[in-house]
Amino acid sequence: MLRFFLNKLLLIVPTLIGITIVAFAFVRLLPGDPILLLAGERGVTPERYQKLLMQFGFDRPIWEQYFQYVLGLLQGDFGISISTKREVISEFLARFPATVELSFFAIIFATVVGIPAGIISAVKRGSTVDQTVMGLALTGYSMPIFWWGLLLIIFFSGMLHWTPVSGRIDLLYFFPSVTGFMTVDALLSGQKGAFGSAMSHLTLPAIVLGTIPLAVIARQTRSAMLEVLGEDYVRTARAKGLSSLRVVGLHALRNALIPVITTIGLQVGVLMAGAILTETIFSWPGIGKWMIDSISRRDYPVVQGGLVLVSIIVMMVNLFVDVLYGLINPRIRHQ
Amino acid sequence: MPLLEIENLSVSFDTAAGPFIALDKVSYRCDSGEVLAIVGESGSGKSVAMLALMGLLPSSATVTADRMEFEGRDLLRMPDAERRRIIGKDITMIFQEPIDSLNPCFTIGFQIEEVLRTHLGLKPADSRKRAIELLASVGIKDGAKRLSSFPHQLSGGQCQRAMIAMATACRPKLLIADEPTTALDVTIQKQILDLLTALQQDYGMGLILITHDMGVVAETADRVVVQYQGHKMEEADILSLFEKPKSAYTRALLSALPENATGDRLPTIAGVDFLSEGAKA
Repeated sequence: MLRFFLNKLLLIVPTLIGITIVAFAFVRLLPGDPILLLAGERGVTPERYQKLLMQFGFDRPIWEQYFQYVLGLLQGDFGISISTKREVISEFLARFPATVELSFFAIIFATVVGIPAGIISAVKRGSTVDQTVMGLALTGYSMPIFWWGLLLIIFFSGMLHWTPVSGRIDLLYFFPSVTGFMTVDALLSGQKGAFGSAMSHLTLPAIVLGTIPLAVIARQTRSAMLEVLGEDYVRTARAKGLSSLRVVGLHALRNALIPVITTIGLQVGVLMAGAILTETIFSWPGIGKWMIDSISRRDYPVVQGGLVLVSIIVMMVNLFVDVLYGLINPRIRHQ
Repeated sequence: MPLLEIENLSVSFDTAAGPFIALDKVSYRCDSGEVLAIVGESGSGKSVAMLALMGLLPSSATVTADRMEFEGRDLLRMPDAERRRIIGKDITMIFQEPIDSLNPCFTIGFQIEEVLRTHLGLKPADSRKRAIELLASVGIKDGAKRLSSFPHQLSGGQCQRAMIAMATACRPKLLIADEPTTALDVTIQKQILDLLTALQQDYGMGLILITHDMGVVAETADRVVVQYQGHKMEEADILSLFEKPKSAYTRALLSALPENATGDRLPTIAGVDFLSEGAKA
């Protein structure tokens, strides 16, 4: 198991090198000059332009800039934002809990609804229930996030007034940020109604962000369950006189979960991509919105740093999923 | 009263081309302490019949019978929960592919102890102790160690022994062995058969052996049912079957044994319609 873990950990190194190259090259391929954008409509004199080029290190050869950047990364220095003059890492950490909170509830929603939906679909294969569930899953998968978000806002916020339109909590509540997670901080504050308000603000964005992963998880669970339900060991479990609930919910599901866990892990990347749109629609102050703003400002250090940090997190989650995969699947564990 | 009595068991499967009859009004009887062999080529319905008895057929199967009684209790009209108290405890079954028949995600110990806890309500410490005893009874000596092994860590023969331990955990009254040696090496086949017959005698249980190996039948069975394309062609005690086979199909089956080979050609069964009038015994 340790060797399995170390192998997976070693694979992260080349991936990380690739990501730094892509992140570095990507922002420089974008049209637009960060210094001219920083100067704004007033413009900048050629002398001042040269001075700023030297200050930000943009006058050096591209490979030198890259190695300086990587050297900084190795020391934990993700650079300083051109526009805000604050450290990228501190800006990231200030916004990251909001995205984590949103993504966490989105994946919980997707898993808690998706796995049972997939199981029911597989057990009732070919029935109206199966067709309905899979039809809904396909619809959810095909629905553009911004359109789905707007529809939910119009219905639940605009027409039914059940949920707020945007933000993380009502303005009525004010408490210091302890963990950065609004739901946790609301509970810690002890203010009556604060947690409910935080949850009601979280509901629609989490549903919108979790819809595509939900559809993927439901379909993957159905397909894995269908395969597993035909296996000999499921027949053995039935021959042991076990209840259908135990046969399906333990013997079949435990095996079917192996590919589903991988799918859930891969959805973390989808969540990060989806968070950009969802955060924009719901004015959610997370890293998605922060990166979109940075791209429009050509804030190289922020875009580079943000990409690398998000990639590291996605890789860490995937590493965790790989370890979990090994724990669930004894055949992998004993390899 | 026979241990198991099935009268006119029929099984059909819904297919796109209409119902497919896999078993057509076949009757079986097995007494305590008796070894009944069901023989026939692939597609003769021998496994289907026993899967129907166990309630293991898919929902596309339609099972009908005039009578399906175990110790006088009607299995067909019994509620599912009541039937589950018999299946896995009093009637158990082992299968052809032992490695595939064990759940790859659970240890051997968990899978054996699950039966003990479900049917006998044993506590974890007791079920573990009993599982070690069971493994010893099927010839797995380092039982305590093997309890924490996963199926992929055992050989095919050891997996079949573990399956037998699981199937005999509650001292069943009837054990159905569906081609238990087909997937095993020849050297292991004999050991497994000897183990099955030894346990059958120790526990005094009925044993239904599904096979297409006439050598296995000759060595182990008391009585034989010969099937062909979902029909019973003949039922006889072991001596009568080998000495005076009544049906044309049984005679063809016996004459097709490898030991009857002449030269470098193995004998085959002629393409005759054995179901035609007069072919059945």
